[in-house]
Amino acid sequence: MSLRLSQGGRLIDRSKPVKFSFNGKALSGFAGDTLASALLASDHMLMGRSFKYHRPRGVVARGHEEPNALMNIGAGVFFEPNQRATVTPLREGLEAASQNHWPSLETDIGAVNGMLSRFLPAGFYYKTFIHPRPAWKHLFEPFIRQSAGLGKAPKEADGDQYEYLYQFCDVLVAGGGVAGLQAALRTGREGKRVLLLEQAAVWGGRAISDGDELDGQSAEAWVAQAVAELEAMANVTLCLNVVVSGVYDHGYVLAAQALPDHLPGGESPRERLWRIRTGKVIAAAGAIERPLSFAGNDIPGVMLAGAMRDYLADFGVVVGPRSVVVTNNDDAYRTAFALKAAGQAVPLIVDARPECDSPIIAAARAAGIEIAFGSAIAKVEGGKRVTGVQICAQNSAGSALREIACDAVAMSGGWSPAVHLFSQAGGKVIWDEASAFFRPDATRPPTGDDGVPFVSVVGAANGYLEAAQALADGAGEPVPDGVQAAIAAVWRMPAEAPAKLREKTWLDFQNDVKVSDVQLAAREGFESVEHAKRYTTLGMATDQGKLSNINGLAVLGDALGREIPQVGTTTFRPPYVPLTLGTVAGEARGPLFQPLRKTPMDAWHDSQGAYWEPVGHWRRPYCFLRGDETPEQAVAREVTNTRQNLGLLDASTLGKILVKGPDAGRFLDMLYTNMMSNLKPGRCRYGLMCSENGFLMDDGVVARIDEDTWLCHTTSGGADHVHGHMEDWLQTEWWDWQVYTANLTEQYAQIAVVGPQARAVLERLGGMDLSAEALPFMAWAEGELAGIPARVFRISFSGELSFEVAVPAGRGLELWQRLMDEGEALGVMPYGTEALHIMRAEKGFIMIGDETDGTVIPQDLGLNWAISKKKTDYMGKAAQARSHMTDPERWKLVGLETLDGSVLPDGAYAVGAGENAVGQRNMIGRVTSTYHSPTLSRGIAMGLVVHGPERMGEVLEFPQISGDVIKARIVSPVFFDPEGERLHG
Amino acid sequence: MAEHLHTEVTALEPCGMILLRGDLEAEWAPDLLSIMGYSLPEQRQVIQSEAGAALWFSPDELMLLCEAGSVAEAVVQMQSACREAQAHALVADISDARARFAISGPGARLTLSKLCPVDLSEAGFGPGHVRRTRIAQVACAFWMTGPESFELICFRSVSEYVEGLLRNAARSHMGLEML
Amino acid sequence: MLILTCPYCGVRAEETELAPGGEAHLKRVDPEGSPEALEEYLFHRANPKGVHFERWRHAYGCGKWFLAARDTVSMEVFGTYPAQISEPPQELIDTIRARRPGWEPV
Repeated sequence: MSLRLSQGGRLIDRSKPVKFSFNGKALSGFAGDTLASALLASDHMLMGRSFKYHRPRGVVARGHEEPNALMNIGAGVFFEPNQRATVTPLREGLEAASQNHWPSLETDIGAVNGMLSRFLPAGFYYKTFIHPRPAWKHLFEPFIRQSAGLGKAPKEADGDQYEYLYQFCDVLVAGGGVAGLQAALRTGREGKRVLLLEQAAVWGGRAISDGDELDGQSAEAWVAQAVAELEAMANVTLCLNVVVSGVYDHGYVLAAQALPDHLPGGESPRERLWRIRTGKVIAAAGAIERPLSFAGNDIPGVMLAGAMRDYLADFGVVVGPRSVVVTNNDDAYRTAFALKAAGQAVPLIVDARPECDSPIIAAARAAGIEIAFGSAIAKVEGGKRVTGVQICAQNSAGSALREIACDAVAMSGGWSPAVHLFSQAGGKVIWDEASAFFRPDATRPPTGDDGVPFVSVVGAANGYLEAAQALADGAGEPVPDGVQAAIAAVWRMPAEAPAKLREKTWLDFQNDVKVSDVQLAAREGFESVEHAKRYTTLGMATDQGKLSNINGLAVLGDALGREIPQVGTTTFRPPYVPLTLGTVAGEARGPLFQPLRKTPMDAWHDSQGAYWEPVGHWRRPYCFLRGDETPEQAVAREVTNTRQNLGLLDASTLGKILVKGPDAGRFLDMLYTNMMSNLKPGRCRYGLMCSENGFLMDDGVVARIDEDTWLCHTTSGGADHVHGHMEDWLQTEWWDWQVYTANLTEQYAQIAVVGPQARAVLERLGGMDLSAEALPFMAWAEGELAGIPARVFRISFSGELSFEVAVPAGRGLELWQRLMDEGEALGVMPYGTEALHIMRAEKGFIMIGDETDGTVIPQDLGLNWAISKKKTDYMGKAAQARSHMTDPERWKLVGLETLDGSVLPDGAYAVGAGENAVGQRNMIGRVTSTYHSPTLSRGIAMGLVVHGPERMGEVLEFPQISGDVIKARIVSPVFFDPEGERLHG
Repeated sequence: MAEHLHTEVTALEPCGMILLRGDLEAEWAPDLLSIMGYSLPEQRQVIQSEAGAALWFSPDELMLLCEAGSVAEAVVQMQSACREAQAHALVADISDARARFAISGPGARLTLSKLCPVDLSEAGFGPGHVRRTRIAQVACAFWMTGPESFELICFRSVSEYVEGLLRNAARSHMGLEML
Repeated sequence: MLILTCPYCGVRAEETELAPGGEAHLKRVDPEGSPEALEEYLFHRANPKGVHFERWRHAYGCGKWFLAARDTVSMEVFGTYPAQISEPPQELIDTIRARRPGWEPV
């Protein structure tokens, strides 16, 4: 049984008990524990069920690399699945639950999958569930969804807060172990701005737990001294609990900061994503121990040797009183010493290597620990926990030579340098045959914006696994040779393990991938490592194969008869450890999810029943609801009232761009399809703006302010784009033209005053002569209205008598209020965007984004009147002359009237006779805008139809998905007041 | 809880803002700027006065701040000075287009560091500098008005969003005590 | 994520402050141009593996368009320069030649 010893545990505070629960059971640990160490201390070795076969699983590692001990943590809005117990700090009241089992962790019905495992090999899903198709939906999928998977998806929105932090430095040191501290000291002493980040809650990496000696001091003393020196340097910043998760181009680094003191729902964020820009990265991320591949290597109680000594040194926890050590290298011997020193029994060290010698082997012999060289574990005995091991010769098929009763197995298949950060940004790795690992190739590092290498690697991550080597490498000094005996590459244990054993030999614990699965993939032709990975899912779980990748590659290479370098590695991609979605999103959630642009009158609208519609990032009233009206009723009322009395529209969102300079007229002539240079000051003109490809991009009314100044109105969504477009051409093509632009969109509130009473209400405000003589249609004037400085544009998008009044934004609400007050007797009502759309459609005015979609040219819309014939050039003119653009078969704008008065569905297609090349009915047109017109009491629509304007009166068929056909007649797009009499009031 | 990093976010009253675009190296430029009592700020610099500040926005663009009451007259004066000098320049009153915020206290730098991709260490940014950048998803500009205080401007339509961002970022600096 | 120095305001701006604008040094073809020249101008774009000249706007900063020479594989930036120029500056071409022997401007 796993338990806490009466002494030891450098990270825990035994005077501070911490209560928590696991699967509803009340338990207790100590401050400083992780959830994993506290569970082990309470004899909870079983921490979860595996993904596919529901095998009982216990903790196998110490840190982020843990594949098994994934937990549901918290409840309600603070619930989060798939949290690794090994890096979850224990805190008072923590609620943890194991995953992927039913009905309980101890008795899991899904474990039947394990008995069926011979029928669930790699690629099983692909092979089995293809036919018959209904079986997938009704039989297989529900079963798989029930039995596979890890944690449950949260049901509620996350109750915690997250945020970003932008940081800048010359040198980022990733990892605060010995090598990282040395690297920070070295670069810090050079005066560089250094940021040193460590994922754990303490400095020193493995050195202190391992009891290393550094520069003649204990690791503890050395680390304390190094940290003290770094803390004293003003140019060095150190931070614990920050894991560097990704290195990207040009020195961009992402790191996630955990805040262990954060309480669920507390003031502080739960996690913080650091977005770092650094000159250099020194990756000192250490190394990750590999499991050995023997049968039963996933039974709870089998643990990485390094992790076992960590639990002992850090938390005073052991997995059981009797532990067998199995290894192919010297490092695991340290676990045997540590256990012995703590009074635990180590009946045997199983060393797969032929007999060899080194200082530590000699010490083991001297300490009287039995070593079995050339040996292997044939099989681990036990179900939910280890009860013993069968020992065999490594070069055998696994016939047991002896059996040893034990509670735990400490395994070490060697260490893999954590090359992830180096590799993510483009660094290449090379296979080191002697050390049996991939190490960074210092000759092929990632390069930065200056073309110079920007990521270097030190310490264990660089392949220098021994403390004295890491010390030298981190300091940039020549690295001494190691004192350990050479590792033996052991990828299968025993070497000739038969199928019966290989099927119980796990490579990827989290995704339940076995040696036999990888061998099957090789047999079936998945020779590329990238293909084999996806076929077997090896390394595709949340741990991204930190423990399994190298072992898997080796097994694949062996099955293919290739060496590991020929097999190659899969690509290391960020993030190094899983990031929660909250951390990635940062502050962008709830009201801060995205900017919501509000006009100066927004609060008034909100208080008056505005039914909102998003327009770009703006919110605009679609209509204003009165009483228990539906939106449709409100829209009809607003249209009717505006046509009969008086309507007010908040048009503040319209783009307003000032264009000024001696060449402004010439510039606008290039930008718009018609002439703007000959517009007279005081006058307005409607203009179309096209892209160089000829397509209609934006439209709006241009007013000439004075001799060298024009004010260009754009669509609501188009202001920034049009301003950017203008600046683009001025800066990069016609830079010698003397023109300046200013985007004044937000400087002004703009109100459209529309309807037969429009002039009357403005006259009541007083201050300006707005008579038809003083201010004719398409003119503008400046003055004061109700004491507010204003520009009044006599323009109309509704077909009614209409004035658009622009005032400083800070006074927009005041003007709106005055118009509402003075208009009361005249029947004023505010109207929203839908009434605006209907009234413009009744008049046959096009709308950018409805009649245009990036493939429509003005000529398609019958807008030739707004295209200058005189100009030799404007943006898009050349393209509009291309054969495809002048093709008479292009669809052209028409009006559409349903025969029964109903409303055509938006986007509906008209079909003609015959079929197209792929046997579909021929499309001959489509609906671009469609509304119920309250003015005409019928459905009206606009659409693009082949030869449309030549087919007036013809009836088109619009088939529906239901099978019904709607018939509509081609008519003029101007449905209402074609003579424009109302406009002139 | 990092109490010593307390940060205050305040929405400021509107002030006068004038946009000037033109060749800032031209002969007429000093006279034009002197109307508002400013000289030409260097690249990415701000010149502060009792009444406001002159902000360098781009090689041909300045934003000039003044008291709200004096902006109308200043615009008229500057526009007529341009005409007299036959200067090709654009002067516009943009006082209503933007919102202003003050961010102050020992955590002010940290607060902006959470929202803007800018080096806000003392080595990277200090009094006298102005920076146009983005704050989360919208454009902004800021400069320092004291050793621990910033003024930030953004477009008026997104002032609620920006205020929300600033208050959210200022709330807690737990875990950043070492910066 | 790229970082490019804006030649107008001097800011080393990260990509989130910038807006991309495609290939640099396109020559506008007006209605007098031949159909072939127009086709080239409207539709044909270089997509080199290696040295590339491109347009960027410091959209969230000073608002200026500038040009950059960048290696599309290694992401090395050889230089940024103002947009008011129809060819890359000779100094930049020399820099690129030094860094990429054998490279010739198109």
